[in-house]
Amino acid sequence: MSVDGPPTATAGTLLAVEHLTMRFGGLLAIDDVSFDARDGEITAIIGPNGAGKTTVFNCLTGFYKPTSGRLTLQAGSGLFLLERMEDFRIAQQAKVARTFQNIRLFPAMSVLENLVVAQHNKLMRASGYTFAGLFGLGVYRHAEQDAVELARYWLEQVHLTARADDNAGDLPYGDQRRLEIARAMCTEPVLLCLDEPAAGLNHRESAELNELLLFIRNQHRIGVLLIEHDMSVVMGISDHIVVLDYGRKIADGEPAAVRNDPNVIRAYLGEEEDEALPPEVARDLALEQGPADGGDDAGGRA
Amino acid sequence: MVVRTLNGVAGEFRLDIPAILKDCLVSALIALALAVFIIGLRTTDGSGGLGLDFRWQAVGIAVVGVFVGRFLLNLWWARRTPKPKVATAEQGVAASAAEAFKTFVKVAAPMAVIGAVVLPWMPFADRYLLDVSILVLTYIMLGWGLNIVVGLAGLLDLGYVAFYAVGAYSYALLALYFDLSFWACLPLAGAFACLFGILLGFPVLRLRGDYLAIVTLGFGEMIRVILLNWYEFTKGPDGLSGIPRPSFFGLPFTRRVPEGTESFHTFFDLDYSSLHRIIFLYYVILVLALLTNWFTLRLRRLPIGRAWEALREDEIACRSLGINPTNTKLTAFAIGAMFGGFAGSFFATRQGFISPESFTFIESAVILAIVVLGGMGSQVGVVVAAVLLIGGTELFRGLDEYRMLAFGGAMVLIMVWRPRGLLAHREPTLKLSPAPTGGGPP
Ligand SMILES: Nc1ncnc2c1ncn2[C@@H]1O[C@H](COP(=O)(O)OP(=O)(O)OP(=O)(O)O)[C@@H](O)[C@H]1O
Ligand SMILES: [Mg+2]
Repeated sequence: MSVDGPPTATAGTLLAVEHLTMRFGGLLAIDDVSFDARDGEITAIIGPNGAGKTTVFNCLTGFYKPTSGRLTLQAGSGLFLLERMEDFRIAQQAKVARTFQNIRLFPAMSVLENLVVAQHNKLMRASGYTFAGLFGLGVYRHAEQDAVELARYWLEQVHLTARADDNAGDLPYGDQRRLEIARAMCTEPVLLCLDEPAAGLNHRESAELNELLLFIRNQHRIGVLLIEHDMSVVMGISDHIVVLDYGRKIADGEPAAVRNDPNVIRAYLGEEEDEALPPEVARDLALEQGPADGGDDAGGRA
Repeated sequence: MVVRTLNGVAGEFRLDIPAILKDCLVSALIALALAVFIIGLRTTDGSGGLGLDFRWQAVGIAVVGVFVGRFLLNLWWARRTPKPKVATAEQGVAASAAEAFKTFVKVAAPMAVIGAVVLPWMPFADRYLLDVSILVLTYIMLGWGLNIVVGLAGLLDLGYVAFYAVGAYSYALLALYFDLSFWACLPLAGAFACLFGILLGFPVLRLRGDYLAIVTLGFGEMIRVILLNWYEFTKGPDGLSGIPRPSFFGLPFTRRVPEGTESFHTFFDLDYSSLHRIIFLYYVILVLALLTNWFTLRLRRLPIGRAWEALREDEIACRSLGINPTNTKLTAFAIGAMFGGFAGSFFATRQGFISPESFTFIESAVILAIVVLGGMGSQVGVVVAAVLLIGGTELFRGLDEYRMLAFGGAMVLIMVWRPRGLLAHREPTLKLSPAPTGGGPP
């Protein structure tokens, strides 16, 4: 059973997603989805391919304008209605940072530069919008040193200090994933959105990633939204899981509860166990008259 | 398949003769199809009107030429492909190339500046050499200006000459209508060009790549057409003449001096020489160009410069980091345009006469070629490419109509040899200092 309904904004709620709907032409990518994400917690969003997970992120970070719904971010710095803000302002003012499913680094710039660019707005102010910086004033030099120190700190956390001066594009895949997380953290976000950070990582790297995410949650007390297919990551570290399927929320709760939710087993986890009877068919069977033409509907899923 | 082995050390060297012959044959057939109409048929102005002439011999030469050329090209490719590379060796080569480049820049850059400063005093520095040098320096400055837009911000601008034109006409019109001096007009011309940069920037903010290139191309043509047609203001195709020459702190470079005033040679008690003005102009453009370079190098190390490069690399990632893409692009357009404007006023004061003819698309293309051939974003590359392209075409002036052929051929060769430009190496704008001071943020 899903625990849907009008969310009550309790203390510690960082992000409230209410009745979010996103339509692409005839395709309903997200259908009236509501959930909360709390400060200092890892909230995982899971679901089969095409469920609409990345689209939720794109709405949150302003890359898509939601068809309807409300996205409220309540942080120490104030209250933001994200659906009304431009993408870069969401990052700049509401302090929502994100990574991308297909990594988006600045490949021809060095690792350190990637992390310093992330601190652009802070540095821009310190450089007096370039005028003061042009003449090498001390204020800017200090700000730049601070920015490099923050970058050094995150480089240490993701074990990339040794590669600081190499081009980001020359790093191996796993390192690029970690660098993207470090870059997002350099914006000093209140909400970090990670889109499949463990994709393409091997076992060891995946375990390291778990540790990094726990470190970010425990030491920096920010909210983390995590899209992930790797169940060992999701079940191991998330405090709260939201399950999407075909754009609808089908479950929401603690990992243990979600793991045993029959809807989830049918739609997602059960895919492997129950090969013979696709979940869509199973649901149709339960809802409709009889088992007569279930075979035809099976083709609908893909 | 014929397999031939050259000396064992280089590894196997394979020639797939039938495949090569087939490739050559296809090329020759394409050449034939094209040549029959383009080369083979020729209209002649006969007594009874237009007639057609057939030139089968020329077609034959073209087809055989293509066949042989294609064959040689295939041999060349075959020679180059079998190169077993070890990853570490390659990395080592790349690293040592980067080192070599760094030492090259460290040594060559100050040498080049010193060389440029003493050039007018060399015994071989005649009027012709100085004129060519001034031309080359103008293009270096334009290349550096465009490098901000294309090389750093990654915005392909095919209409850069528009800002050059705005600068030139700003100076000429301000000087002719309001009697302002060159030094008063220079910042104004820069400001006007800057304004036009922003004006162009706004409508193209959402465009990129090919679309951006086409709109900027159109903008460049628009400015030229306006200059051509607004006769009352710009004198249209007649151009503006009698543009005042710059003075040396108020001392003009004229032979005849009106009563009671002084000119450069009377003040310094020298014999009059027309070379004085040329040398002065040479230093003006040298200083302007070096200023452009200094400014760009500084900007690269500031947040704005890094944001430009980040924008070139990935705009979506920039947005996700809170970088305002509108402002970032507009500043790139504006600052690039400003330097174009400065160069334009210099051009006007040097020539004394300007007309829309000086600001055609080919100028934009040449400046862009300098930036691309030099290696996008490379300041040293711009210098090398400008010297080669501008100085080179001047040297080949004797070749007359084959000059452009040499120009194009050289460009093709450079692009085959170094597809990323002559000096494409990029140094990071800041490095992690080795000593970790420890203690980060919470
Ligand atoms: N810009 C767009 N235009 C049209 N359709 C889109 C667009 N973006 C996403 N969609 C569609 O919305 C649906 C949800 O896509 P989304 O990328 O959010 O899935 P996802 O849950 O992230 O899947 P995956 O696990 O494969 O990353 C898909 O059917 C997709 O084709
Ligand atoms: Mg996705």
